[in-house]
Amino acid sequence: MGAELGNYKSCVSARSTDKEILKHAQDGGIVSQLFGFALDEGIIDGAIVAANKEFAAKYPSKVMADNSNFDMIEPWRPIPAIVNTRAELIAAAGTKYNVSPNVSMIKEATRSFGLDKVGIVGTPCQMQAIRKIQLYPVGARDVGASIALAVGIFCMENFPYQSILQLVEDHAAMKMESVKKMEIGKGKFWVYGKRGQVVQLPLKVTHKYEQPGCKVCLDYVANLADISTGSVGSPDGWSTVMVRSKIGDSVWAKAMAAGCFETQPIEKVKPGLELVTKLANEKISKNKKNLEERATFGVGKALRNPYI
Amino acid sequence: MFKKNVSAEPQKPVAPQKAADVAKPVETKKEVKPVADKITVGYTHLSGCTGCTVALADNYAGLLTLLDRYVDLKYMPTLADARHIQKVDVSFVEGSVCINDKLAVEEIKETREKSAVVVALGGCACYGNITRFSRGGQQNQPAQEAYLPIGDLIKVDVYIPGCAPSPQLIRNVAVAAYLLLKGSPEQKALATAYLKPLMMAADKGTSACFCDLMTNVINQGLCMGCGSCASACPVRAITHEYGKPQGERDLCIKCGACYNQCPRSWFSFDVVENYEAINETIMAALQ
Ligand SMILES: Cc1cc2nc3c(=O)[nH]c(=O)nc-3n(C[C@H](O)[C@H](O)[C@H](O)COP(=O)(O)OP(=O)(O)OC[C@H]3O[C@@H](n4cnc5c(N)ncnc54)[C@H](O)[C@@H]3O)c2cc1C
Ligand code: SF4
Ligand code: SF4
Ligand code: SF4
Repeated sequence: MGAELGNYKSCVSARSTDKEILKHAQDGGIVSQLFGFALDEGIIDGAIVAANKEFAAKYPSKVMADNSNFDMIEPWRPIPAIVNTRAELIAAAGTKYNVSPNVSMIKEATRSFGLDKVGIVGTPCQMQAIRKIQLYPVGARDVGASIALAVGIFCMENFPYQSILQLVEDHAAMKMESVKKMEIGKGKFWVYGKRGQVVQLPLKVTHKYEQPGCKVCLDYVANLADISTGSVGSPDGWSTVMVRSKIGDSVWAKAMAAGCFETQPIEKVKPGLELVTKLANEKISKNKKNLEERATFGVGKALRNPYI
Repeated sequence: MFKKNVSAEPQKPVAPQKAADVAKPVETKKEVKPVADKITVGYTHLSGCTGCTVALADNYAGLLTLLDRYVDLKYMPTLADARHIQKVDVSFVEGSVCINDKLAVEEIKETREKSAVVVALGGCACYGNITRFSRGGQQNQPAQEAYLPIGDLIKVDVYIPGCAPSPQLIRNVAVAAYLLLKGSPEQKALATAYLKPLMMAADKGTSACFCDLMTNVINQGLCMGCGSCASACPVRAITHEYGKPQGERDLCIKCGACYNQCPRSWFSFDVVENYEAINETIMAALQ
């Protein structure tokens, strides 16, 4: 293959130098630290992230009006939100393993939220959505040029909320509200409880709960982000960072110069890019096969292929 | 392949007009060459609210550059002196056709006959949009009640959906149309790849609704919950419930923005992976 990691200008293993961010972040705190820096420097004036119920209760003006009934929102259900401060960023840090439609706010960010320079974090498919919006702005008047920093997170698959509920409550026998962190890594789905308990589920249990739309996804490492990051390839607590676009290159250089990140050469860390490449290949080959199967799904009838 | 050698400059840049030439209108007529390098464009205005016209005009300086270098606007109500339909390379059509209005029917047919490429501009021309809800009875033409998207009467080559379509999509299509007709082989390839999905949309049909997201995306097992559809909807008919679009179907005006904005309706890696180069090409073309 060879194209599985997309185009990138540089790749390192990194972690934030901000201890507070590291405490709340999923991995090396790359996303929160980048947005924090970009906010401080005026590179962005707000960012779209995946917040939660507590965030919505504390910052009701930062979520969409239709999310205002936060009593109804379950623990670990993500709510797209706009953040303008480091405190808000930290309150929205960490991975929620279910769908957060962050792109739903991209136009509203420039309207009722009044942003001129928008940051957005999202999965690889959400980065594809952003670039389609920039090239084919069907319903996105004046939005494309306002997207000032798009940070992509690596993604093997995502889940409907109810899948996570079933995995956590039925398979891992934990209460959603008692979960401190969820993580997919080292071939397992990990659920960490607030009281210190840890449950791991083999990924063969989680597969059938995946969101169907992920089965045709051909991007693992957010090829279309300005900067993309994920845990795979780097040691625990560190992140693999790929700097991709001109915008990404300029923001990363400034953030490095400002001392935002500690880094190690990706060639020096274990397991390194070899594992990232292997997983990317696995995902893409599997999903290409799924697309082929869709072409002959019925008797003389195909399922639709979105890629042209 | 799009990264190098793609420059959107016209092959023969228009020399800045000298003040003396402007003073002598007879002499400016001699500037046959630069005008010949432009594409000829027309604008047919049927049953549309002029929002599409405003969106085109909202390119501000970009529109002036387009008119200056690439486009010879032959006819257009509102923005040009001439209004009658003429032979052109590309015509943009705003609005649906009232089939109870003879003149409108004649105009859309004449537009087709006289244009090499017909672009349906905006939700009404592409899909009927809000005019789908007409039942007549309005002053001062109460008997005009039946409206059809232009694709139900003529073959349409390219769709620019959206209500209103965004100024930037109109700009991109205009630049792509220029490159397609007047560009180098590389530029032609770029423009063809860019326009292809919008040509496929024109082939696909003349009706649109929130339901397209259900029938063609979710029912097909393709939705991944990005949220683009909700963001695109001009009437805020879409929210997301547990990551999937939920439509307030009574609000939907049938514009087709949600479906066409969705990355899982159509997505061209060839084009989108080169987003940086393409954006730069378009911006350079309008410098
Ligand atoms: C569904 C999913 C699958 C993933 N799969 C992989 C994988 O296979 N391999 C890998 O290396 N990494 C994967 N990641 C990425 C990883 O879990 C971390 O999100 C990433 O490393 C960033 O960590 P951080 O410490 O830099 O970010 P933090 O500073 O913790 O910030 C994370 C940011 O992501 C946002 N976010 C959280 N959940 C979502 C969501 N569901 N959708 C959109 N944005 C969200 C948060 O609001 C926050 O702004 C996945 C993430 C998600 C959401
Ligand atoms: S696997 Fe692909 S489609 Fe699914 S959430 Fe991740 S990036 Fe999106
Ligand atoms: S834009 Fe398409 S893929 Fe994204 S949430 Fe809407 S229907 Fe799903
Ligand atoms: S739901 Fe909204 S965007 Fe979709 S067709 Fe209806 S009005 Fe247009």
